[in-house]
Amino acid sequence: MNCRGIVKELSNYLDEALDSSLKANIEKHLEHCEDCRVVVDTTKKTIQIYCNSEPAPLPDDTRMRLHEALVKRLRRVRA
Amino acid sequence: MNPVAPRPIPSQVVKEDEPVLVAAAKSGDITAFETLVGRYERKIFRLAQNITQNREDAEDVMQEAFLKAYEHLGEFQGNSRFYTWLVRIAVNQALMKLRKRRPNQISLDEEVDTGEELMPREVQDWGPSPEDRYKQSEVADILATTISELDPSFRIVFQLRDIEELSTEETAEALGLSVAAVKSRLLRARLKLRQKLSRYFRRSENS
Repeated sequence: MNCRGIVKELSNYLDEALDSSLKANIEKHLEHCEDCRVVVDTTKKTIQIYCNSEPAPLPDDTRMRLHEALVKRLRRVRA
Repeated sequence: MNPVAPRPIPSQVVKEDEPVLVAAAKSGDITAFETLVGRYERKIFRLAQNITQNREDAEDVMQEAFLKAYEHLGEFQGNSRFYTWLVRIAVNQALMKLRKRRPNQISLDEEVDTGEELMPREVQDWGPSPEDRYKQSEVADILATTISELDPSFRIVFQLRDIEELSTEETAEALGLSVAAVKSRLLRARLKLRQKLSRYFRRSENS
C-alpha cells in the first residue's frame, strides 16, 4: 500500500467499509507515513465538524411564512 | 437491491417518538405533523440553502417539501426513517428549483471526471480542537462558505451522505446516480473540503 492507495481507499476506510486485511494494510502504512496520517485525521475532522454542526434557527419571518402556508394548505386538505 | 445496513443515527436527528408522531399525523392529527415540522424545519432549510445557494429558493423548497410530505403522508410506508423520506422530497424540490434557475450549469446526471489529481497538495495538521479557535457563529460561517465553493454535484452528495447521514445507497437513489458515482464524488468532496478548511483550522505556529 502506498500513499496513492491510501487516498483511493480513504472514504471506505473512514466509513469502516473495508475488509480486515485491507484495513490492516492501510494501518501499517499509516504507522510510518505522517502525511497520510494527517490527511486521514483532518478528513475525519472535516466530516465530524459538518456532521455535528447545528443548523441555525429559522429567521422569524421565514418561520411565519412556513406556518402560514401549512395552515392554509392543511385547512384545504381537511376541508 | 440489498437491504441497506442501518447507520447510527445521532440522537438529535431522530427521536424515539417519531413513528408515533408519524402514525398520528397519518390519521389526521395536525398537531403531530406540526411537531415533526418544528423538529426538522431548521435542517430542511439548511439543506435547501446548501443545494440552491439562494435564501428565497430555499424558503420555497422548504415550504413545498413539508406541504408535499403532508399530502403524500399516506404513501409513506415506514420502510425508511421519516426524516430520510422527507429529505428525499426536499432534495427533489431543490434540484427542480436549481435546474429551473440555472438549466445549463447543473450536470448532476453526468459523470464527473475532472481528471484532477486526488493526492492532497497541501498537508498540514490541524490543532487539537480547531473549532475552539473560533466563535460558534464564525465556525458556522466558515462551514457555509466552504461548502458553497464546491461544485454542486459534489456539494449535494456530501450534504446527503455526511450532513444528513443518508447511506450511500439512499443517496444514490435520491439523486438517480450509481453507487460508484456517489462514492467517487463523496471522496472528492471530502478531500476538497478538507483542503479548504485547512486554511482556517491548520495548526498555527504557536498552538
